[in-house]
Amino acid sequence: MEALIEKLKIEIIQQLNLEELTPADIDPDATLFGAGLGLDSIDALELIVLLEKNHGVRIKDPNDGKEVFKSVRSMAEYIKANGKS
Amino acid sequence: MNVISSYCHIKNNRVSRNGFSVFEQKPEIAFFEFASAAFRNLGVAYPKFFKMDALCKLALLASEYLLSADPAFGATGPEHTGIVLSNRSSSLETDRAHARSVSNPEAYFPSPAVFVYTLPNIMIGEISIRHQITGENACFVTPGFDAGLISGYVNQLLEQKLVKACLAGWIELDGPSYEAFLYLVVPPQGTAKNSNFGPHSTKGIWDLGF
Amino acid sequence: MQKNIYTGSDCLISPLGLDSDTNFNGLAEGRSALCQFHPGYGSQPVCASLFDESIVDDAFGRLGNPVLFTRLEKISILAIAGVLKQSVVSLSDSRTLLLYSTAKGNINLLERQGPGKIAPDRVYLPVFAGVLGSYFNCANTPLILSNACISGLLALVIAKRLIGEGRYDHVVVAGGDIVSEFTVSGFRSFNALSDEPCRPYDALRNGINLGEAAAAVVLSRQRSVAADGFISIGGGASANDANHISGPSRTGEGLFRAVEAAKLVAPGVSPGFISAHGTATGFNDEMESIAFTRSGYTAVPVQSLKGYYGHTLGAAGLLESIVGIHSLRKGILIGSAGFSEKGVSGDVEILKNTRSQQVDSFLKTASGFGGCNAAAFFIREGSAE
Repeated sequence: MEALIEKLKIEIIQQLNLEELTPADIDPDATLFGAGLGLDSIDALELIVLLEKNHGVRIKDPNDGKEVFKSVRSMAEYIKANGKS
Repeated sequence: MNVISSYCHIKNNRVSRNGFSVFEQKPEIAFFEFASAAFRNLGVAYPKFFKMDALCKLALLASEYLLSADPAFGATGPEHTGIVLSNRSSSLETDRAHARSVSNPEAYFPSPAVFVYTLPNIMIGEISIRHQITGENACFVTPGFDAGLISGYVNQLLEQKLVKACLAGWIELDGPSYEAFLYLVVPPQGTAKNSNFGPHSTKGIWDLGF
Repeated sequence: MQKNIYTGSDCLISPLGLDSDTNFNGLAEGRSALCQFHPGYGSQPVCASLFDESIVDDAFGRLGNPVLFTRLEKISILAIAGVLKQSVVSLSDSRTLLLYSTAKGNINLLERQGPGKIAPDRVYLPVFAGVLGSYFNCANTPLILSNACISGLLALVIAKRLIGEGRYDHVVVAGGDIVSEFTVSGFRSFNALSDEPCRPYDALRNGINLGEAAAAVVLSRQRSVAADGFISIGGGASANDANHISGPSRTGEGLFRAVEAAKLVAPGVSPGFISAHGTATGFNDEMESIAFTRSGYTAVPVQSLKGYYGHTLGAAGLLESIVGIHSLRKGILIGSAGFSEKGVSGDVEILKNTRSQQVDSFLKTASGFGGCNAAAFFIREGSAE
């Protein structure tokens, strides 16, 4: 799980062009949206692409997104529960 | 007669304001690297910059270097400022990136963060968001910088009181080559010594920069 | 006082028909061009308004060799030739400009394709403009406006200003966009596409349909160039939300500002209806209803034509303005196809069914990516101005 979280942090920084951040700056339990990393609606769509492209996981119901993208940890948990690998 | 209160050129990894170089890097450095360095040099905290495509980075850099040092902008207020930009290659550089992302049916991953930049007027949107500018918009695509068109149009916006100031110019990027020429046009100021704003003076400043 | 800038002949080229009258009659009869198809890309079906290429090629045959032009070039040439045929205005006159609005131009030239006779550099908009310029022997280099989904309406406003400035006596305003893998995949990545015919302002709306079309109209300072009704473009304005590059302002700020600024240029105009943007996305339609309410248009019927043509991007504002001009002439207001139950919070009245009604003016609005908004009034001569 921890390895997946670290991998996700790198992927998020890359996919969302968070150039000013390093993986160490991202608290795996902090909220991604709103006050957290200051992500917006395009970032949310981009995270859906990231899950599909890098982990083969599809979010079928967009309403699930809110729960899945709460934090890096919740993303990792979702991949563990739904991913093939 | 309206006047150019200040202007900014970015080309060959050099930013100059009112004709004076204010930031420079070796010409062989890639644009993305240069743009990041030029932005950090401003000391502004605005992480959104790093999410933009190359064209918007170029536009934002030019507007940042220009507006941060132009008291006429602060005096006018962003809600009365218009933005009239032009270029040759529209958003083609990012268009190609989006087209690549859907070119392979086996790896079909269009990215919303790329697609949103496949319109040239997004650079007007990014400058507007950064500086809370809400006035008139126009994004022309012309074979080269058309000083007559832009100055005639901007003069009319000012004369008809549709705007009180207007950011205008040329923001072009295609592959590794790029050039930005941005200027702020305002109504005549009491003590302004700047040249009158018309096609010839704009063309003159354009020539000076390159 | 500003001189009137009149609208002259016009031409609509869409899957509903290859001239304005066929289009307007089709709308009045309730015909929609939207249908579902399975493209050779992506996995899902797409609901869109698409040309039958063979019909376009047949019509284009009398103007040129169809294999030498892209689909966008063909429909654009058909539209521009259509207005010139009915007008004394000539593009080879140095007092006439061709102003062309498009979001994506020949963007399909970036896609996988077989060998053809089309040079790939026609994906550059100035090269595309050059194709139109040389076809029509234009005295002035055609000017391209690419301002997302407000391009078509903003082009009309800009044309009026260029004439007002004295630069030109006439401007042929044309515009067009096509549906391509490029746009379909992009809008789909935004979850913005509906698989069914779109439902503007409706409680069950779930996204846009894309559409392809080209349109053209002559604007002139000369009253003798004006078509029936002497309809003029009475002011217009644009404004930016300064809020988000893809999502509209929740408070309709930019649209509200554009409408209020347009009112200042055309004081005292009381529009008989509003030809709105109405894309059928949750956010856009809601935002418009709030902006119109803020502007005091709570009793003015609001119309969206997206249920007939889909969203034709850079052509939309122009195509919809021309339909509105025909409504003023013919006394028929076109209902908003796809709408049944109001699903926006603003206090607005959605024009549901097509009806006969004589009106003297209308307000046209558009909003697009990049936070841009535009608004303009169209006024029949003799009405209060």
